Amino acid sequence: MQIVTPELGLIFWQLVIFGIVLLLLRAFAWKPILSSLKERESSIDDALRMADQAKLEMQQLKAGNEKLLAEARLERDRILKEATEISNQLIETAKTKATEEGGRMIVQAREAIQNEKNAALAEVKNTAAKLSIDIAERILRRELTDQPAQQQLVDSYLKEVKLN
Amino acid sequence: MKRLLVAIFCFLSVAAYANEPAATTAEATDKEAFSPGEMILHHIGDSHEWHFATIGDEAHGTHLTIPLPVIAYRPAQGLSVFSSSQLAEGKVYDGLKLEHEHLVAEDGSKVYDFSITKNVASLMLSAALLLVVFTAVARGYAKRGTGAPKGIQSFFEPIIVFIRDEVAKKSIGPKYERYMPYLLTVFFFIWFNNLMGLMPGGANLTGNIAVTLTLAVLTLLITLFSSNKNYWHHIFATPGVPKALLPIMIPVELIGIVVKPFSLMVRLFANITAGHIVILSFISLIFIFGSVTVAPVTLAFGLFINMLELLVAILQAYIFTLLTAMYIGGAVEEHHDADYQMGGGDGADTAHTH
Repeated sequence: MQIVTPELGLIFWQLVIFGIVLLLLRAFAWKPILSSLKERESSIDDALRMADQAKLEMQQLKAGNEKLLAEARLERDRILKEATEISNQLIETAKTKATEEGGRMIVQAREAIQNEKNAALAEVKNTAAKLSIDIAERILRRELTDQPAQQQLVDSYLKEVKLN
Repeated sequence: MKRLLVAIFCFLSVAAYANEPAATTAEATDKEAFSPGEMILHHIGDSHEWHFATIGDEAHGTHLTIPLPVIAYRPAQGLSVFSSSQLAEGKVYDGLKLEHEHLVAEDGSKVYDFSITKNVASLMLSAALLLVVFTAVARGYAKRGTGAPKGIQSFFEPIIVFIRDEVAKKSIGPKYERYMPYLLTVFFFIWFNNLMGLMPGGANLTGNIAVTLTLAVLTLLITLFSSNKNYWHHIFATPGVPKALLPIMIPVELIGIVVKPFSLMVRLFANITAGHIVILSFISLIFIFGSVTVAPVTLAFGLFINMLELLVAILQAYIFTLLTAMYIGGAVEEHHDADYQMGGGDGADTAHTH
């Protein structure tokens, strides 16, 4: 039965020594160890969180870049399209202008030709009339003395005959 | 440091077999018959001297013994302090003598024995070892800060983290931090002393009922002092139990308060003492049979049991710590509705509706 009978002396020493060990270890071992462990864990957590954040930021940056690139591409396409349109328009207007100008010039030319032709015809008419008059005068100088009557007659004839 | 510890543990656990038979050989050569029971009880019990071995026979041989101080208090004579060598071989000193390792006064008066016995000396050694080892670990943290652990620090860190995460956090909950110093000290105290008990000539400290009693009482006191309203409510008005059963339940619950630490005390004491008894019994076989031919079998079994004891050493430390944490956890636990469901069913519901 002796081994199951607790001895007062050993209880006393166990209480005293264990108590001292507990207090000393608490002050000089467990507190610094546990606080260091906690600190390290929180620093690891922080580092991981920061890494995640950096990754997220990188992704955002990348997404931003891609968006920017896409926008730039769209802008370029738009500008190109606009430029094509403008150039087409320009060509179109130039073409119409040229056609118009050509038309106008042709009309002018026609008018000029008409005028020239008319003038020429008038001259021809006059010349022809003069000639006729001259001829007729020569003829009639001999045959007719009433020159103005003869002239009137010739003019009326000439008006009937319209040369073209 | 770590290498040194490993070397010491390895060397000493091998030497255990060289030592124990050496001590018992002397006893066996005695004229009187070898009594394994007596030898075993002597080995697992406490002693006023630290005896390592006896060379030659019991009466005339050389005893390799460290005498330890005897501190006795008698109400009449007061305190007396002297070396235990004064009491060797039944001598009487200052009116005191040893009877079966028990200090008694010659005149039969009451003696309070506060001697530095083998167990107390071993206790002091282990205390010093614990302080040296864990201040060294703490220095590692001070030196490396939040850096990676190194050396002895990296050996103990996983164990400390295990006690914190798997034992304290899981069993106690959010208030675990207050109890960490006690849990860690108890764990390493028991583990170190279990291992020291396995060394040759080592004292059977954690297999001594006084030591386990003290530890269990400390656990009980911590549990009681940290208990909240909820804990007592569970004891005096167990939820889900009909009122008529309370006169039975309250005594049962009150007994439970004491039985929990009592089981802690007995479990550690019995496990460690039993391990020592088994190893010593295997060694005793050699002397019971009186033949060397049994030695290989004895050594093989002894070695096996010793390996088992190395496992038991840490296992018992873990169990004691875990159960302590669970008892504290039960005392500091906040009110949970889930508790009402425990063993509830219909009985629990009617108890609430009535």
